[in-house]
Amino acid sequence: MSAIEIPYTDTPRPDTGLTNAKLGIWLFLASEIMLFGGLFSAYILLRVGADVWPEGRDILNVPLATLNTFVLITSSITMVLAWASLVRGESNKYRLYNYGTLLCGLIFLIIKYIEYSSKFHHGLFPSESTFLAIYFTLTGLHGLHVVGGMCALAYLQFFGSKMWESQPARFTGRVECAGLFWHLVDLVWIFLFPVLYLM
Amino acid sequence: MADNIEELNQHVRTCIGVFVALLCLTILTVAVSYLDYPPPATISIALSIAFVKASIVVSYFMHLISEKDLVYWSLGITAAFFLILMVVPIATNLDITTQMIRVSH
Repeated sequence: MSAIEIPYTDTPRPDTGLTNAKLGIWLFLASEIMLFGGLFSAYILLRVGADVWPEGRDILNVPLATLNTFVLITSSITMVLAWASLVRGESNKYRLYNYGTLLCGLIFLIIKYIEYSSKFHHGLFPSESTFLAIYFTLTGLHGLHVVGGMCALAYLQFFGSKMWESQPARFTGRVECAGLFWHLVDLVWIFLFPVLYLM
Repeated sequence: MADNIEELNQHVRTCIGVFVALLCLTILTVAVSYLDYPPPATISIALSIAFVKASIVVSYFMHLISEKDLVYWSLGITAAFFLILMVVPIATNLDITTQMIRVSH
């Protein structure tokens, strides 16, 4: 008895025009948007209801956060270049660009660690104020997403890359899906940065 | 195949342009925040720039510009609920919801 293959892993379904993985990742991203949406909604409620709200730049480190924004944007372009390299059949270039994305993710987390350490060193904990509570919640959850994205990219860089030899189209689809998640992480930071640090 | 590769190369060139635009818009966001505009103006400008950045990331990096209808529908419904989530706390603060409940009774 032969194993039953999962259909539409690398060819689009005739009814949706999408592969199952592509539709799945977009629905997952929709749920992620609602997850962060709930927290942004909480932020607005806390902010409009507060008598006094501190300016983010008085408490937080704007230059470090700006640097982190550049790092994440750079990781997004290396992600695009990694996927494009696979479509061209250049797996060596894919590995190089994927390393670049992973490195950017790591730099982002190190900078975040420096920021958090500085806050804790000065006694600024989440329990200190409503602003700090929502700051640590939002950036902490975002940081976890960066870690999750890095795990997926690391898997595709090492163990998962064996699929490139046997099923290149399916592997390229996986990298595209991982890339979509990574871009969402960038997208969330695009809003977190001005909302928390600059307003 | 040759056409597809040429199309891909064009897409990559566009994405590099988007990357440069994102860097410039980030600098602009930070610069505007240091100008002494009143808070409502600063918030409006910063959020407008963030929306421009987000839309070009979604359109080009995430290829939404050339996606299928089902993706547009899924995201459209998500966007509608997201908008409700953003409006509810503002409406609560303006006491709109309480007034609506009073009117209905």
